[in-house]
Amino acid sequence: MMGDRPSPPRAMSSAATTSPSVDKVDGFSRKSVRKAKQKRSQSSSQFRSQGKPIELTPLPLLKDVPAPEQPELFLKKLQQCCTVFDFMDTLSDLKMKEYKRSTLNELVDYVTVSRGYLTEQAYPEVVKMVSHNIFRTLPPSDSNEFDPEEDEPTLEASWPHLQLVYEFFIRFLESQEFQPSIAKKYIDQKFVLQLLELFDSEDPRERDYLKTVLHRIYGKFLGLRAFIRKQINNIFLRFVYETEHFNGVAELLEILGSIINGFALPLKAEHKQFLVKVLIPLHTVRSLSLFHAQLAYCIVQFLEKDPTLTEPVIRGLLKFWPKTCSQKEVMFLGELEEILDVIEPTQFIKIQEPLFKQISRCVSSPHFQVAERALYYWNNEYIMSLIEENSSVILPIMFASLYRISKEHWNPAIVALVYNVLKAFMEMNSTLFDELTATYKSDRQREKKKEKEREELWKKLEDLELKRGLRSDGIIPT
Amino acid sequence: MNVKVAILSIQLRLNSIKKLSTIALALGVERTRTELLPFLTDTIYDEDEVLLALAEQLGNFTMLVGGPEYVHCLLPPLESLATVEETVVRDKAVESLRKISQEHSPVDLEVHFEPLVKRLASGDWFTSRTSACGLFSVCYPRVSSTVKAEIRQHFRTLCSDDTPMVRRAAASKLGEFAKVLELDYVKSDIISLFTALASDEQDSVRLLAVEACVSIATLLPQEDLETLVMPTLRQAAEDKSWRVRYMVADKFSELQKAVGPEITKNDLVPAFQNLLKDCEAEVRAAAANKVKEFCENLPEDNREQIIMTHILPCVKELVSDTNQHVKSALASVIMGLSTILGKDNTIEHLLPLFLAQLKDECPEVRLNIISNLDCVNEVIGIRQLSQSLLPAIVELAEDAKWRVRLAIIEYMPLLAGQLGVEFFDEKLNTLCMAWLIDHVYAIREAATCNLMKLVEKFGAEWAQNTIVPKVLGMANDPNYLHRMTTLFCINALSEACGQDITTKQMLPVVLKMSNDQVANVRFNVAKSLQKIGPVLDSNALQTEVKPVLEKLATDTDMDVKYFAQEAISVLALA
Repeated sequence: MMGDRPSPPRAMSSAATTSPSVDKVDGFSRKSVRKAKQKRSQSSSQFRSQGKPIELTPLPLLKDVPAPEQPELFLKKLQQCCTVFDFMDTLSDLKMKEYKRSTLNELVDYVTVSRGYLTEQAYPEVVKMVSHNIFRTLPPSDSNEFDPEEDEPTLEASWPHLQLVYEFFIRFLESQEFQPSIAKKYIDQKFVLQLLELFDSEDPRERDYLKTVLHRIYGKFLGLRAFIRKQINNIFLRFVYETEHFNGVAELLEILGSIINGFALPLKAEHKQFLVKVLIPLHTVRSLSLFHAQLAYCIVQFLEKDPTLTEPVIRGLLKFWPKTCSQKEVMFLGELEEILDVIEPTQFIKIQEPLFKQISRCVSSPHFQVAERALYYWNNEYIMSLIEENSSVILPIMFASLYRISKEHWNPAIVALVYNVLKAFMEMNSTLFDELTATYKSDRQREKKKEKEREELWKKLEDLELKRGLRSDGIIPT
Repeated sequence: MNVKVAILSIQLRLNSIKKLSTIALALGVERTRTELLPFLTDTIYDEDEVLLALAEQLGNFTMLVGGPEYVHCLLPPLESLATVEETVVRDKAVESLRKISQEHSPVDLEVHFEPLVKRLASGDWFTSRTSACGLFSVCYPRVSSTVKAEIRQHFRTLCSDDTPMVRRAAASKLGEFAKVLELDYVKSDIISLFTALASDEQDSVRLLAVEACVSIATLLPQEDLETLVMPTLRQAAEDKSWRVRYMVADKFSELQKAVGPEITKNDLVPAFQNLLKDCEAEVRAAAANKVKEFCENLPEDNREQIIMTHILPCVKELVSDTNQHVKSALASVIMGLSTILGKDNTIEHLLPLFLAQLKDECPEVRLNIISNLDCVNEVIGIRQLSQSLLPAIVELAEDAKWRVRLAIIEYMPLLAGQLGVEFFDEKLNTLCMAWLIDHVYAIREAATCNLMKLVEKFGAEWAQNTIVPKVLGMANDPNYLHRMTTLFCINALSEACGQDITTKQMLPVVLKMSNDQVANVRFNVAKSLQKIGPVLDSNALQTEVKPVLEKLATDTDMDVKYFAQEAISVLALA
């Protein structure tokens, strides 16, 4: 694995005559290197040049020994499977790798169908075998430039074994004989912490297995639940405020989605805090698109549990509303529609003003996808009914933008949509509509005047500062 | 003036928060204290950009609230800013708090500032506790010993905080805090915290302890290092997480200076060897980057022996590493070893490595070697290398990636200086001219600039014989881009070549090109004339340049007209 390959001996004279070859390697972009190779795989960072070939003594098959001897043999096999191989070296230990693979396969089948194998001594051995295989420091990724949307993920080289270990562990957790009361001695906080760190794996297959494993552990170990939630919190907070890099956010959110579903009412303060201080800030992350669906699902789950949370949620979204990224803005609008789909009319009234101020800005976005996404709200029957009930508040907020776009938006499709919206408003509340049309011009002038006054106030203030600054270096008592 | 009106306009114009000082000035110190600050504390606007500006402003507000006597009025708004989620806001608030802490009298520090630190340190949410970590070291030196004991206690608590975010914040301030503590407490308190953080369950915490290690080792007397610091450092150098090992490699020179020559010899040399052979490429690359600095700082009495027996074998292996980043990190420093090892060792041991790297498949490696040639030049002279240098340069010059070509062009003047004019004329001149007709504009532009630097080095006479004829020849090229390159070269060269060459050889070509059928060429003629005008004598300007520019000023193309008119007015020919 390491660079101990001797450099090819080349005579100096021959080098001088070597014809210049076109370099396929670009020294400046790691991306192109990666794309050149189709699928990269990477080993975990746990091998410290072992060198020596590994020897495992083949054991008989479990089904070939009498039942009373099976538990003992089961333990021996688990111990053998603790041996970890170097998969980056595709040539080493081929026979032994194959032997371990078939043993793991046998173990998977065995825990699925056998009865009476799970002695108390087996628990620590199972956990030890799983730990030895899956817990490892994840290798460095080319994360600086890694774009999960475009680039192929780095795949785990030892997957042929790793997959079977995960498979085995899940069958073990799901087995009818599995007793959490014994297992909790071994599957403890430290175990969970290491498990959570693995969610950063770049290999989607591994994250998928981890999701199931964590889900099972959350389901079976009541004592670990609060701890798991807290650690997920920490992972998310670090992701949002420190690194912006963690591969398993979507998977963790997916688990949380079902956890939230099971929360008892009334919601604990801890859960509300999680919503407001962790889930809402997750919207600010650059790579939102990778986990937005799962995030929106969690948010809606919360609101279905407790509608009084609607106001803080919507205010949170408005606070973090994307200012420059139109793609994210479209996602926000989508999520907001999901929220509006389940909103209670009383909650709607509380939030309608700031909400429609934002929608009005979106509708007049020069980016037609943003404008279009916002205008689609008017195709949603439930939202339409809410707007209709509150048209006296919403129409004045929306009117100016709609009126202006109908005259000057560059995209004809948007103009057509806006005409429909205006028409709908006209049918809803024709008196108010006529009034707003009549006063449109004078309103604009009033706004302009206000803006001007404000500017003048600032000018006055600045003059004042200048004058005083001249008098005494800017520090003067009144 | 009404405070609320002013604030309202702040909210309407986000940028106006930056003018908060204007409002304070208008209100005067008293009303700033009694109205503006309470208002800001209560109604903190929640847009993070605004909060950031506010946090920064308040750090410079001391005079606006009435001087150091009243500086504690600024603490409440800054305290709430130090608890917000957004890291940049919080960091800025802490920065401002650190700044104004210096303006507190010792009494105010104990009465107002230290209680704030305590409140933050025992806050419910992790944000306030992370902020507290940055404030201990600024108040510690100036408070009474009872309060000092409390501060130490708070720091201890935060080092074993439940949330990794807080432990990271504490670990990153450990070194700074150690510096203000009395030596006895460094030995008793800091060392145990350091040891605990360095074996934290999260590698993100452990790696920060490595940073603190440098400061702590500097503070301790030599005889204590072995027992108090080294066990932890050894453990970090072999940590199971590559991130921690990377950090050790990255900080290696600082660590080396902090622990001194004896420990370096016994401990750091083997540790460094291991890092150079690490299984993770990132770690090897970080260590490779430090090879020169590490060798330079070895104790002189047996430096050569250590390098030759311990370091060089690892370096030799890295030359053929599988990872290009490792090789290129090494290539950027390896030449520096020649000054340390001297002429004979360089020729015998290093030269083969340089040559191997010059032939590396990765252009970045070759470039890094070429860009550091000056180090070797001083020790053994560049001739030793020129045999291999040439094919390497030729290959880079023709690389398919234009950025590689660009990089090598930038080293041409340096190479020309070291290789001398004869070698250059014989081997490199053709390359330099070939770049002028590269299909990438950036290369043509760099090639033009390169020619100018070469003329500065070799002189006008050389230019006249070797470069100018070729450049002027391109004026008849069927490709208008090449014809324009002639003009760009003339722009760059006229000054270095002097009046004689410019007037006699370049000007006629430029003037002739004013009849070019491509408008882009014509307006570049106008631009060139403007550029070389100052080099020409007034006679040539009046009799030759002026009529041509006047003709171009009536061109059918508006750009040509524009640039012709501009040239006329700049050269004052109107």
